[in-house]
Amino acid sequence: MSRIKKAFENKKAFIPFITCGDPDIETTESIVNEVIKAGADLIELGIPFSDPTAEGPVIQAANVRALKNGITTDKIFELTKRLREDTEIPLVYMTYANVVYSYGSERFIGKCSEIGIDGIILPDLPFEEKDEFSDICKEKGVDLISLIAPTSRQRTAMIAREAEGFIYLVSSLGVTGQRDRIDTDLSPIIKTIKENTDIPCAVGFGISDPTQAAGMAALSDGAITGSAIIRIIEEYGREAPAHVGAFVKSMADAVHSA
Amino acid sequence: MRKKGRFGAHGGQYIPETLMNAVIELEKAYDHYKEDPDFNRELNTLFNEYAGRPSRLYFAKKMTEDLGGAKIYLKREDLNHTGSHKINNVLGQALLAKKMGKTRLIAETGAGQHGVATATAAALMGMECVVFMGEEDTKRQALNVYRMRLLGSEVISVTTGTATLKDAVSEAMREWTRRIDDTHYCLGSVMGPHPFPTIVRDFQSVISREIKEEIMKREGRLPDAVIACVGGGSNAMGSFYHFIEDRDVKLIGCEAAGRGIDTFETAATINTGRSGIFHGMKSYFCQDEFGQIAPVYSISAGLDYPGIGPEHAFLHDTGRAEYVPVTDEEAVNAFEYLSRTEGIIPAIESAHAVSHAIKIAPKMSRDSIIVITISGRGDKDCAAIARYRGENIEE
Repeated sequence: MSRIKKAFENKKAFIPFITCGDPDIETTESIVNEVIKAGADLIELGIPFSDPTAEGPVIQAANVRALKNGITTDKIFELTKRLREDTEIPLVYMTYANVVYSYGSERFIGKCSEIGIDGIILPDLPFEEKDEFSDICKEKGVDLISLIAPTSRQRTAMIAREAEGFIYLVSSLGVTGQRDRIDTDLSPIIKTIKENTDIPCAVGFGISDPTQAAGMAALSDGAITGSAIIRIIEEYGREAPAHVGAFVKSMADAVHSA
Repeated sequence: MRKKGRFGAHGGQYIPETLMNAVIELEKAYDHYKEDPDFNRELNTLFNEYAGRPSRLYFAKKMTEDLGGAKIYLKREDLNHTGSHKINNVLGQALLAKKMGKTRLIAETGAGQHGVATATAAALMGMECVVFMGEEDTKRQALNVYRMRLLGSEVISVTTGTATLKDAVSEAMREWTRRIDDTHYCLGSVMGPHPFPTIVRDFQSVISREIKEEIMKREGRLPDAVIACVGGGSNAMGSFYHFIEDRDVKLIGCEAAGRGIDTFETAATINTGRSGIFHGMKSYFCQDEFGQIAPVYSISAGLDYPGIGPEHAFLHDTGRAEYVPVTDEEAVNAFEYLSRTEGIIPAIESAHAVSHAIKIAPKMSRDSIIVITISGRGDKDCAAIARYRGENIEE
């Protein structure tokens, strides 16, 4: 059984997102270890991109900080390798198509497979364009995670049928970041997804407190939180790991009891 | 079936899933209306009565005599309403958006020409309008910011990244994912996800259609070269399009080299970039070894973009068009030259094309013909060029 599949086995999953290299690679390593201890079920590691068009201001700023501090794809590969020595938690990269393509898709995905990355999320890669990446991913045994949005409508079934790993369901319109509330009625979308695939479906975008996380996890198979974590890192910098750990524990507990 | 909007290896639709149905609907609407006689009649009336088309093809006699080589014609897109070629695409897209039931236009702008054109069309058609513009560009193109506001648009100053055109595009894309139902993203160049490169090219192709008709009337033959400046590449694509099949017509795109293609302060994508995926398309981009998009530079806000439209990338690959770098200094010299020689102040963007013509015309025979597209007028640039020359004038 794949590590991703295991993360959702008989439970709802809480999935934190962390931008690698913000504020520096050592802090990222400590944060990852803290969130594992705090009960995270799967971790999204963000590889910074200069122009992250799907991100709101909080994650954009984290990308800027990380790149300014000299983070590179190669340094993130090294970090991942170190992390993988001590943990079996599923790890997925979240980045933009150009980061993979420009590195050489074969080379990038091959590296992922070698160092124990379980999946890749590329928010600027829709269904129509996925083949050039998914063919390599299949060959290397890395799941290319598909996103479904409230605007997907007739596309939902088509995407779900070819999805791998888990489905990232975007909670609402817009970019990543905090929302006061999520108005989208996700139930019909999740129903369509479930009719077309057996793989789990986690909801992300704008989930910033335990109540929201529990609500989303109750509807689906898990909840994803990014910006709320990045804000803690922004506030505490190198002192962030313990604070992030405490926050992730509250989120994971809420999701696990949903 | 899957791979849509490809120009060789380039193009495609690399955008968030949230936007996919919006571009699919846009494609369907465009495919329908481009064949619709009423739509085309309406657009042609707007082109003619509102924008002032056809634009003039002017024989630059003094410039021709001064350079002593090829006959030089100027395609005067600067004479269009709003002062640039941008209005061609905007009238088309605004009309299309209106037919689709959209009530709000958003746009990115670099030099402000596309923003002004979009604000104009929005005013004309009674639509709401929001323009995203890099903070850096709002400073160097302050006059255009005022024009947009005067036309009833909101101008949002973008402070992220390099605070220039690429960041304005990113922010407009983010805004579109927030609000799709009533909003059309009026993209200003032959770039972005399919169907934009095709739609913008088609609306801009009126430029080459007119050049062809007029030059056949005047000279009885096709030109030897068509020269246009290239940022994203809309005026160049419009100027080239109807000549692509005419293999004897050289197509030359002039990229902004900034302080030189051997420096980091350049925006010459074909000359310094490599294949990448950004802003919805696969094309050539200025980027580092890890695919981080480079902070490009040019004196011209309209050419200060790290990518190029996918059809240009294809024309480059096949060798059908040639892309040459032109530095700030060369462009400013050409800006001054055309003003002095012909009494025409070109946009600093267009001055890049003028500069290359100045280089090659003297080497060509007197019976050869060059057409330069003057994509816009240079009033907006006067203060910045004065500053470049060390003179501080009040705008």
